[in-house]
Amino acid sequence: MSELVRKVSVRCEVNGESVTLEAYPMARLLDVLREQLKLTGTKEGCGEGECGACSVEMDGALVNSCLVPVLQAQGVKIRTIEGVASGGGALHAVQEAFLTYGGAQCGICTPGMILAAVNLLARNPHPDDAQIREGLSGNLCRCTGYMKIFESVVQALRHSDEAEGQSGTGA
Amino acid sequence: METHSIGKSVPRKEGREKVTGCARYVDDLTFPDMLHGVTVRSPAPRGRIREIRFEGDIPWDEFTIVTAKDIPGKNCIALLIEDQPCLADGVVNHCEEPVVLLAHYDRYLLEEARRCVRVEIEPLPAIFSMEDSLARKEIIWGHDNIFKAFYVEKGDVDSAWAAADFIAEGEYETGAQEQLYIEPQGVIAQFNAAQGVTVWGSLQCPYYVHKALVILFGLPKDRVRVVQTETGGGFGGKEEYPSMIAAHAALLAQKSGRPVKIIYDRAEDMVATTKRHPSKTRHRTAVTRDGKLLAMDIDFTIDGGAYETLSPVVLSRGTIHAAGPYHCANVRINSRAVATNAPPHGAFRGFGAPQSVFALERHLDRVADAIGMAPDELRRRNFISEGQTLAVGQVVKEKVDMNGLLDRAFALSDYHAKRKRFADENAGRTIKKGIGFASFLHGAGFTGSGEEYLASEVAMEAMRDGSVHVLAGSTEMGQGTNTIFSQIAADALGLDCDRIKILQPDTAQVPNSGPTVASRTAMIVGKLVETAALGLKRTLLESGLLELEDGAADFARACRTYVDAHGALKSFVKYEHPRDLHWDDEHYRGDAYGAYAWAVYVAEVLVDTRTGEVRVDDFVAVQEVGKVINPALAAGQIEGGVAQGIGFALYENVVWQEGRMANAQMTNYVMPTSMDLPPIRVFFEEIPYERGPAGAKGIGELPLDGTAPAIANAIAHATGADVRQIPITPEALLEMLAAMPPKAWEGAHV
Amino acid sequence: MRAFLPGYHMVTPRDLTETLDRMAKQPGAWKPFAGGTDLMVLLEAGKLPHKKFLNIWNLAELRGIETGADHVTLGALTTYTEVRRHEILAREFPLLCRAAAETGSVATQNRGTLGGNIANASPAADSPPALLVYDAEIEIVSASGVRWIPYQQFHSGYKQMDLQPAELIRRVRVPRNKNAWRQYFRKVGTRRAQAISKVCFAAAARMDPGRIGDVRIVLGSVAPTALRAVRTEEVLRGQRPEPAILKVAQDALAREIAPIDDIRSTLRYRRAVARNLLAEFIESLAG
Repeated sequence: MSELVRKVSVRCEVNGESVTLEAYPMARLLDVLREQLKLTGTKEGCGEGECGACSVEMDGALVNSCLVPVLQAQGVKIRTIEGVASGGGALHAVQEAFLTYGGAQCGICTPGMILAAVNLLARNPHPDDAQIREGLSGNLCRCTGYMKIFESVVQALRHSDEAEGQSGTGA
Repeated sequence: METHSIGKSVPRKEGREKVTGCARYVDDLTFPDMLHGVTVRSPAPRGRIREIRFEGDIPWDEFTIVTAKDIPGKNCIALLIEDQPCLADGVVNHCEEPVVLLAHYDRYLLEEARRCVRVEIEPLPAIFSMEDSLARKEIIWGHDNIFKAFYVEKGDVDSAWAAADFIAEGEYETGAQEQLYIEPQGVIAQFNAAQGVTVWGSLQCPYYVHKALVILFGLPKDRVRVVQTETGGGFGGKEEYPSMIAAHAALLAQKSGRPVKIIYDRAEDMVATTKRHPSKTRHRTAVTRDGKLLAMDIDFTIDGGAYETLSPVVLSRGTIHAAGPYHCANVRINSRAVATNAPPHGAFRGFGAPQSVFALERHLDRVADAIGMAPDELRRRNFISEGQTLAVGQVVKEKVDMNGLLDRAFALSDYHAKRKRFADENAGRTIKKGIGFASFLHGAGFTGSGEEYLASEVAMEAMRDGSVHVLAGSTEMGQGTNTIFSQIAADALGLDCDRIKILQPDTAQVPNSGPTVASRTAMIVGKLVETAALGLKRTLLESGLLELEDGAADFARACRTYVDAHGALKSFVKYEHPRDLHWDDEHYRGDAYGAYAWAVYVAEVLVDTRTGEVRVDDFVAVQEVGKVINPALAAGQIEGGVAQGIGFALYENVVWQEGRMANAQMTNYVMPTSMDLPPIRVFFEEIPYERGPAGAKGIGELPLDGTAPAIANAIAHATGADVRQIPITPEALLEMLAAMPPKAWEGAHV
Repeated sequence: MRAFLPGYHMVTPRDLTETLDRMAKQPGAWKPFAGGTDLMVLLEAGKLPHKKFLNIWNLAELRGIETGADHVTLGALTTYTEVRRHEILAREFPLLCRAAAETGSVATQNRGTLGGNIANASPAADSPPALLVYDAEIEIVSASGVRWIPYQQFHSGYKQMDLQPAELIRRVRVPRNKNAWRQYFRKVGTRRAQAISKVCFAAAARMDPGRIGDVRIVLGSVAPTALRAVRTEEVLRGQRPEPAILKVAQDALAREIAPIDDIRSTLRYRRAVARNLLAEFIESLAG
């Protein structure tokens, strides 16, 4: 066997916490998150960057973590599904909407789908239907036909708008 | 029974875990000292194993290596029969057939090792088509390559030809379809002398796996335990296949003495596991000029792959559904499932019916065309009514109003106006639009005497604190089992849904409620849940601890008193087959299903004749289902099923090369994304089925039956293309259009 | 995940100079690794033969989009997302933006780069046809110097390119001279998002009233590299965009392209669609 590589230390921030990851440099970020940090919410569905079940945010950008070598996570702020809820038991509006409107069936695509939806709303607070479809087009769902996922996102938007209205800040 | 939560979109029981990423699927679990396992597979479709070589610079002594000779019991994955080896022994009959198992703690070294195991095959001639199999070019299974055949006869088909004004013939084909659950197959197995085998995994039918492991290991039933973990989609793909992967992990666990996890990556899952059976159907139909069906002569063949698995049952359902929701006095169905050297095909939602219904509904549009009648008019003149008999001789004893469903679906989709408008506007355009429909039925539960044979059981326990545990072998895989069982039990007991706990399907703790398949979970098992709940209630009523009008608080108090005085408060229910349902297995006649869901689906398509691309612009799904227990979940089932049906019709194409799936990546096996699907508009009607819980019938598979033919008929309307085959890929459609007479359409030639 | 990870090296050079020095010291030993959207797929399948990579993702020298009077110059690490968001690109180079928007999905667009797309040289790559329509030039750097070449000359065959083992693509430059041209882009893929193209058609025409003054037609997925259909362009130059010229142009195109049967599509389909998209393009010029 040709020369073997040593594991490297990668310092980054995951869901607001500073962490040091020890892994082979080309280990997939997906695997390091799941195995080392025990953040098993992010899933492997295809290993090819097609299904989006492994979606995470790196410095606010949605990426497929199965395609990111962990070395490239150096100095990066990462958010996984575990970091979406604000804490203290309260869920993000998108998560609440998925519960109320049936956005999750088997749930395996759900973490990635929620990340994609949250990411979309952060970039575009008022997406129209076509923009919602496009924003989620990298996340495959085999169970729902996407209908209740869209409904959940639309309702989460409505809920956020109402909350904003109620808080008196206006738009 | 008073309903309180039934009929409401009660939120999914395990929803919070799913939206927060806390739900634990099998690959999220790790056990101390766990090894990873992989499978080395046959490179050839058929042949003798000449040698297995362990090459490369691998520390083989660190590995656990298992072959057929390590199997303690019988080398088979027991299902209907025991023809499928767990590990190939001496011969292989399909590409990717498992031969050697490896385990090691380092999963990267394990993959390196997998690459270094060379399975040398001396090839034997292989069969890849149904035609070659039937022609017996080689005998590759049994004595004639036929897993099963059925013959259904009603009336006298041969006498009807003479009276026909028209005889219409046609041949129709459907391809293999991959279930493509987003969570690949996976299990963890453990073995020790005291407890025997324990397996945790992504699976639909814990008791199927249990039976297979009992036979593989030669162990008593109480020393095999199967636990279902949160399952990321199944659709039938995890009905029978998990027995194989569980067997593999268990063998490695036994030999190594450590827990072993096997998780397939997507490529392995696609190339090695089951797919929907490809089919070929021939129709010959006698019809009068005013559209009365005089005779239907149907020949139906499905490709079962190399071993039997569930082919006889797939064939059965496909056969029984082949003549549709129509009344015809003379029907003959000849059907067979044949062997080829492909990886065995297996269960996929619909289970034979999507194949035969595609053929029928496409054929009837062509029959209508042949006699110059509108396709809906042809259906109307033949829809079955209560009191008439279906092809297998079942008298329809439920109210059915197919005309009403058709009216409603047409109104919702603006069918007639669009049918005319598109036809008028398409001339001269490269973008053409079309609208088409399919009318169909789907029987819920196991066919014929199947439910009687399954003898499903459900148990329930009222706890001291007044909560109630449901013990059933039915699995949640996204379709909503946990939630609807909670609703059914809650309403029967007058409690809130969150007082009901559904125990994890674990063969050590729940009874065998039958497999989670065949659209039976709500209708059959849900009814057992209802009965069990009522049984608990009756015990408390009869003990004087509860009055009929009592509420939840009283229930809790009664439970506490009962448990303190008598110990556990439990009920057990076993399925009892209705006495008025009779099925003759020998002649394949009688009451095939306890109940049917009835449906009309309408698809509107846009066809770009320059690229052959088809876009579904609108989809209306109307179905009568008895009772909708949870509207959001029920609609979710139809929406998801229609999406899979759209994939089946347009996108999902398995490319076969010498018996192997060549496009085993999600990049190349294409399922629809969020940008490819239309609004899917779902509407329910309810005519309660008195044997279903709150009147519910089964719905899980229904949407797979009507979606593809509705789309095919819409494409035919848009372009005039005489679609006979799915998937209707752009390549196939362009070839069809190019072969049509030039004035039938305009566009570039090929 | 089938790769034997301990066999794969990746280091992060401090800057471009260190990157080029390492590449020069052992030419071919180290390969640049940008967003990984192609290379990681190979790695996961256990099919990545190369074992030593330089992580160039953070090299500032390879980032940024500069707008000059006559050119827009894009760093090789420009992602598809960055292309889509750039105002000048959206206005003056719509084909490139369309290509970016129809590559993969949001997650892929955030990590896929122009340089990676060019160097990976898939015949089905999405950005090359647009870049060729725009007469792009590529800046190639090494420890020993810098050179610019017309992108047209970069690819010479299937996965063959004018890039030495010690060289790196630094920038891509497109002249701002087609703003007034009529532009057409269509990618026919396996589905509407996340699709590998079966045929990609990028074209632009300068209309001298009623006639095609000048034209660029480039196709992807119908040849070992993105193909500029020069003979078809010749047929069309000076012509009115009318049915009379259509068949001649289509026949010329059919002869110029070299589509194949593969896992995704067929030769006949690709040829038919190429012809039909040409028709669609020419019709769009008549309006």
